[in-house]
Amino acid sequence: MSDFPRWKYALVAIVMVLGILYALPNAFVPLSAVQVSAVHNAPVDAALEQKVVATLQKDKIAYKNISLKHNKAKGDYILIGFANGDLQNSAADSLKTALGEDYTVVFNLESTVPGWLQAIGARSMPLGLDLQGGVHFLMKVDQRDVVNKQEIRYTEDITSLLRDKKIHYTSVTRNSIHGKGVVVVLPTAADRTAASDAIATAFTDLDVSDGPSTGDRFVLDAVVKPEALRKLAQATITQNLATLRNRINALGVSEPVIQAQGNDQIVVDLAGVQDPAEAKRVIGAIATLQYVAGLGGPSDPAVQDAVRTGIVPPNAHLYYGTHGEPYLVSKRVIVSGEELVDASSGTDPDNGSPSVNVTLNSVGAKKMLDFTRDNVGKPMAVVYVETVYDNKVVDGKEVRTPKVKYKVINYATIQGVFSNKFQTNGLGSPKEASELALLLKGGSLAAPMDIVAQSVIGPSMGKQNISKGLDAVLLGLGLVLVAAAIYYKLFGLVADIALFFNLVILVAVMSMIGVTLTMPGIAGIVLTLGMAIDANVLICERVREELRNGSTPLASIRAGYEKAWSTILDANVTHLIAALALMTIGSGAIRGFGVTLFIGISTSLFTSVTMTHAITALLHGGRKKLKTLSV
Amino acid sequence: MEIFNHNSNIHFLGLRRYTIGLAIILVIASIVLISVRGLNYGLDFTGGISVQAQYSQPVQTGKVRDALVKGGIEDPVVQSLGGTRQVLIRFQPKDDTHNVPKDGKVNLDLVAADVAKALQAVRPDAKVVSPSYQSPQVGAELRSSGVYAAVFVIIGIGLYLWIRFERRFAIAALVTEVHDVLVTLGVIALVQRQFDLTVLASVLAVIGYSINDKVVVFDRIRELFRLARKAEPEEVLNRSINSTLSRTIITSLFTGIAMAALFFFGGPSVHGFAVTMLIGIVVGTLSSIFVASPILLWLGVSKKDLMPVTKENPELARRP
Repeated sequence: MSDFPRWKYALVAIVMVLGILYALPNAFVPLSAVQVSAVHNAPVDAALEQKVVATLQKDKIAYKNISLKHNKAKGDYILIGFANGDLQNSAADSLKTALGEDYTVVFNLESTVPGWLQAIGARSMPLGLDLQGGVHFLMKVDQRDVVNKQEIRYTEDITSLLRDKKIHYTSVTRNSIHGKGVVVVLPTAADRTAASDAIATAFTDLDVSDGPSTGDRFVLDAVVKPEALRKLAQATITQNLATLRNRINALGVSEPVIQAQGNDQIVVDLAGVQDPAEAKRVIGAIATLQYVAGLGGPSDPAVQDAVRTGIVPPNAHLYYGTHGEPYLVSKRVIVSGEELVDASSGTDPDNGSPSVNVTLNSVGAKKMLDFTRDNVGKPMAVVYVETVYDNKVVDGKEVRTPKVKYKVINYATIQGVFSNKFQTNGLGSPKEASELALLLKGGSLAAPMDIVAQSVIGPSMGKQNISKGLDAVLLGLGLVLVAAAIYYKLFGLVADIALFFNLVILVAVMSMIGVTLTMPGIAGIVLTLGMAIDANVLICERVREELRNGSTPLASIRAGYEKAWSTILDANVTHLIAALALMTIGSGAIRGFGVTLFIGISTSLFTSVTMTHAITALLHGGRKKLKTLSV
Repeated sequence: MEIFNHNSNIHFLGLRRYTIGLAIILVIASIVLISVRGLNYGLDFTGGISVQAQYSQPVQTGKVRDALVKGGIEDPVVQSLGGTRQVLIRFQPKDDTHNVPKDGKVNLDLVAADVAKALQAVRPDAKVVSPSYQSPQVGAELRSSGVYAAVFVIIGIGLYLWIRFERRFAIAALVTEVHDVLVTLGVIALVQRQFDLTVLASVLAVIGYSINDKVVVFDRIRELFRLARKAEPEEVLNRSINSTLSRTIITSLFTGIAMAALFFFGGPSVHGFAVTMLIGIVVGTLSSIFVASPILLWLGVSKKDLMPVTKENPELARRP
């Protein structure tokens, strides 16, 4: 037997099998599907399924399958698969009209990967927008607005701090230069020292320094620390991402991509969505929140009356909660989102239950103080207000009609008097608390976003891209395979097997880590195939050289692999560095390409060296008297 | 089968005055081309309008382009959107008050109406759908990240070669690398191919490819230097190029085949990528043979540099 260790044979065999298994799901094309889910508490059950079936039969829309799915995160829903996109379209239309307001009908994809493959975690690569069609948005977060809000907030807070501490001041104003913080003018040097100490203790995020002083004007500059601003910018992006995610989930897109890019941009890719107007409406919505006095919870007879009769007391609104339960709340708003500075989730120190800590600015704090003083023991509600704009073109003019949605996200009893900082208790779980905190922040603080770029890719273009890309990959692969086999004969054939497995393993790895396949990604695959053969060219050329120098065939193989290895390693590591740069620094198309290249080079190191060596050793190692090599 | 004579002993280094001279001329020409003619930046970089048009009867992209130009739209890019009835039109809006009102935002509906008017003047069955705007700001962000990526690649590769080989190899590789990139960009500027994201990706891929190519030759140089008892640098370099020549060309050929398949059958969205890659492969292969080693020779590489004693070299120790 040759000197090729046995464990390496095993490794090669295992990798081959795993590669095939995990690449396999990509062979199953997902079905175009329509997903039906409930808006409020409307039932999703066998009866609804029957209704869907009846509707489809009535409109003579053929469907492939229908199933009732239970999903903890998304709730129950019905998924109906169709043979093509046209049927999917008409089905969605007819179901929308038949099922009415209580249900949402959205497009989705249904995986056709068999259960046993799914059970081992094998899944197919998600396709990028360019391959599947969809809408792409690039949104820019207004970080200037974040700074503005902070400076305005600190101007108010410093004013009230100085007033509380009874420090005399001449004026507290925002610096006329954006980002330069707050300017406090004080009458004496002693006042300035006192103010400086007070501000530095109360607001640790501020850098306080003395400015110029003339006669009775002693200036104090309070600037938000750069790291605090950086943290704030990050937090803004995170909040905006969370808010967007919530809203996009309402669209029911199968695999939305919502990513931060740089420190002020967010990329939203909605594969499969063909109507940008609807998507824009949802993600461009403006949200805020209001604290109002609660007038009745779901179990209150007055509320049930209002729901039943539709008659709402004149001083109240009838709103619904997150689970569709009704509430009556006062029309008078105590504090609104603009007055909320921060919200974070935590645990109640008294009983350890999950809670949300809210911080109000000084104006809001005063209003909250006044209200709570008079209303301890009474309920207070937090209402989430979302405004979406419907853009319609009427007589050649664009008309924006706002549509406002209200939702009660918290309803709790006031425990005591509180002002700028307070806790909201009575939350079911830490998860619920962190979601509420995000909603509070997201609804109020998230900086405004502008859609700076938008593009729509049609599904037909996507189909064409897939088939063309596939053709190119297969043809490129085929030509290289033939060329290698002709030029290097048996060694070429061995390299061909390795090359084929390189493609399989590359696809398997990409599927496993969930790389989204895009057209540049396909280009990367083709390039990798071209480059992967390089290692084998190096090996084959080395083996030929050794043979020419008079080595025996077996020694030539050994020397060929040994000597080529260091070259292959150097060449591939430099190439990996290039791919790594593309992957980490590039964005969008460049990143997709870099990821593919990186994985491809790594897998090709294995397939073109270890795998070919194993096969070669298997072919030649057994024969003691090897006279010639086919290379 | 062997295409190349394995005993080839072409005196590549003897041609170095001409080849390096040519390389310098090419680089200068490329710089001039890039700065004078400029790269034809695509909408990914410049921003612009993209509009889809639907026809009820089949239409040719050439006719659509003619209609648009006649309607006063400059340099429109017209692509078929799968099928013969749907086209994607992309262009940069004119910088006038009609298209760009005071707030700096392009009025999409106005632009779309203009496009519709131009198209319908020739073909009444044209319908314009989903106009959208790509802001140039996006392009700036992407362009800078592309530059960062290129710089990172160059530094990373330089460091690796310095550690694995020697300082001169890193310098020679990087100089040749810059040559390859500039000449590739020069060709793109010359033929005024649109420079978009996929082309940028492929320029970066060219860096990877051509460094790969150079490293193989350098590796052989190092090996031969270490093996030879008394090595004339020029002879060693020449022998290295000759003995890696068949692999250099075969690999280029194989990669070229794969890229050609992409070019002819991959569809328009990877055209730019494949073309750039093909140019890069040719440039990179030629420079591996004709440019990289002469530079190495001029930098004064010798057997001594590649032996382990190099570490104790006082001149080396002084370096940071």
